Amino acid sequence: MSTATSTPTGTGREPGRKVAHKHSQPSKRGRVQQRWLPWAFLAPTIVGMGIFTLLPIVASIALAFFRWDIISAPTFVGFDNFAEVVQDPTVRVSFLNTIVFVVVAVSLQLGLALGLAIMVQEKLPAWLRVFFRSAFFFPLILSAASVSIFMRYLFNEQFGVVNWMLSLIGIPAVPWLTTPGGSAAVVILVYVWQNFGFSFLLFIGGLASIPVETYEAASIDGATGWRKHVYVTLPLLSPTTLVASVMAIINALQVFDQPYVLTRGGPGDSTRTAVMVIFESAFQRLEFGQASAIGVILTLIIMAITAAQFRLSKRFVFYQ
Amino acid sequence: MTTIQERVTTTAPVVTRKKRDWSVAGRIIILLIASVFVLGPVLWTLSTSLRPPSESFKLPPAFLPLNPDLTSYTQVFKQLNIVLLVVNSALVTGLIAVGQMVTAALAGYAFAHLRFRGRGALFSIVLATMMVPAQVTIVPVFMLIRGVGLSDTLLALIIPAIPTAFGTFLMRQYFMGLPGELAEAAAIDGASPWRTFRSVYAPLAMPGLAIVGILAFNFHWNEFFRPLIMTISEQNFTLPLGLVSLQGNLGTGSISVVLAGVVLSMIPALVVFMFGQRALQDGLTAGTGK
Repeated sequence: MSTATSTPTGTGREPGRKVAHKHSQPSKRGRVQQRWLPWAFLAPTIVGMGIFTLLPIVASIALAFFRWDIISAPTFVGFDNFAEVVQDPTVRVSFLNTIVFVVVAVSLQLGLALGLAIMVQEKLPAWLRVFFRSAFFFPLILSAASVSIFMRYLFNEQFGVVNWMLSLIGIPAVPWLTTPGGSAAVVILVYVWQNFGFSFLLFIGGLASIPVETYEAASIDGATGWRKHVYVTLPLLSPTTLVASVMAIINALQVFDQPYVLTRGGPGDSTRTAVMVIFESAFQRLEFGQASAIGVILTLIIMAITAAQFRLSKRFVFYQ
Repeated sequence: MTTIQERVTTTAPVVTRKKRDWSVAGRIIILLIASVFVLGPVLWTLSTSLRPPSESFKLPPAFLPLNPDLTSYTQVFKQLNIVLLVVNSALVTGLIAVGQMVTAALAGYAFAHLRFRGRGALFSIVLATMMVPAQVTIVPVFMLIRGVGLSDTLLALIIPAIPTAFGTFLMRQYFMGLPGELAEAAAIDGASPWRTFRSVYAPLAMPGLAIVGILAFNFHWNEFFRPLIMTISEQNFTLPLGLVSLQGNLGTGSISVVLAGVVLSMIPALVVFMFGQRALQDGLTAGTGK
């Protein structure tokens, strides 16, 4: 490209490695180029993030203090949006639903993932391990929308495969999608079905990093199968568990696709989630200020939970 | 729980081996049941889409169609402009993937191998943006897109998705794994810094770039929330939106047709799964370990 940079110094190679590390005295033009070059490399990412992430965060916080329907000019309303949102029964129910969803779905997801990861990781033929790993990972590559579409049919009260299977063991048809409890259960089951593979992968990675000698030492000390996992696997896996639970909770707090396609939030408000309320107040009722206020509250909750988890982890996470 | 007497009378190795065999068999059975529950719904979807619509609700469910019937698939093409949906999805996903690969490679290289003031602080900011939920920024982003006259276009989906914090992080890690001596050697040979990046580092980082591309493809091919907000007219719908609208139009009438659409939408994801499974797994779990 440029010819000016092609002559480093003329003195040839410097003797010491440390000197050579500093790119052997670039020419003046090279030095100028080096000054702006990093910024040229960074510009697309930094400018893009500034416009599409940082600016919107600030705008979102500011917008929460205005009433705006996009058509007429925004009016400043102070904390009114927050006050209204906090008192709105639908918003309250949706936050409560979200919390119940997070607690149940994340415990199921982590429990299932951990149990299956331990089973896959212990002596199994390699091809079976590969098969199970791919099988559990598989739902992650599907879209939540298509998964929710076919799950709707599987959970159909009269013709669904799920109720047919239950009838085989003598359980009468469950009205899955027409009752509040049933809908909530379906949303949780479908979500866990699709997402436990992610935690599973994390646990597989964590288990692989536990040295075999630790188990050998434990078995010499007389630890059998079950105790081995309680006293060796769980403590040594705690850093992975922390990461897996933080990520699972953050993702679950933002659940939208599954309840939207499966139940549209119903029946009643039984499966309406926090993000669904943001979506509805902004894009169906055009209350952009209120939507932003709900968004700010949700973000604060996410930040608080994440911070609390890391604080708690200082006491319970065991690093090797 | 063995008594001393048992220990004496039976030889230890036999007991442990027998026990272990049983526990392995038990584990395999549990894992097989789990994988039936995981793969079963997908198999049922595939098999139902291949049966005539009149047999959609057949119970007990069939997982293997004995004589495949493609009427549902021809119906999908009639009821849904699936070609347009695929083109839209491919365009959106492809451009996002390429855009992310290019921008993440550039930024990741700068963070890994170039020196400039504020590098650490800037990188922390980039990482921090990963934690911001999309729902919080969606309202201002929507207004911005609307303000510049891009609402209800495919560009509204593509442009905001190109700058990627996770991709930048991944590429920085990847470039850090490549020795800085390469740059010295290239400089001695007279290559400009840009040339060094283009001809030396970028080609070596191809595996990392593939991970960024595959992850972007998988995520945006399946994306539902942003397209739902950003697009209004059906000509700008992507596949997930089109499928949900197809389901809405049909009610519970002919589910084979809906399922045929679902299966068609899964094919690209399946191809990526088969060829990029390892890369996808590595990418998803990158940065979560130590």
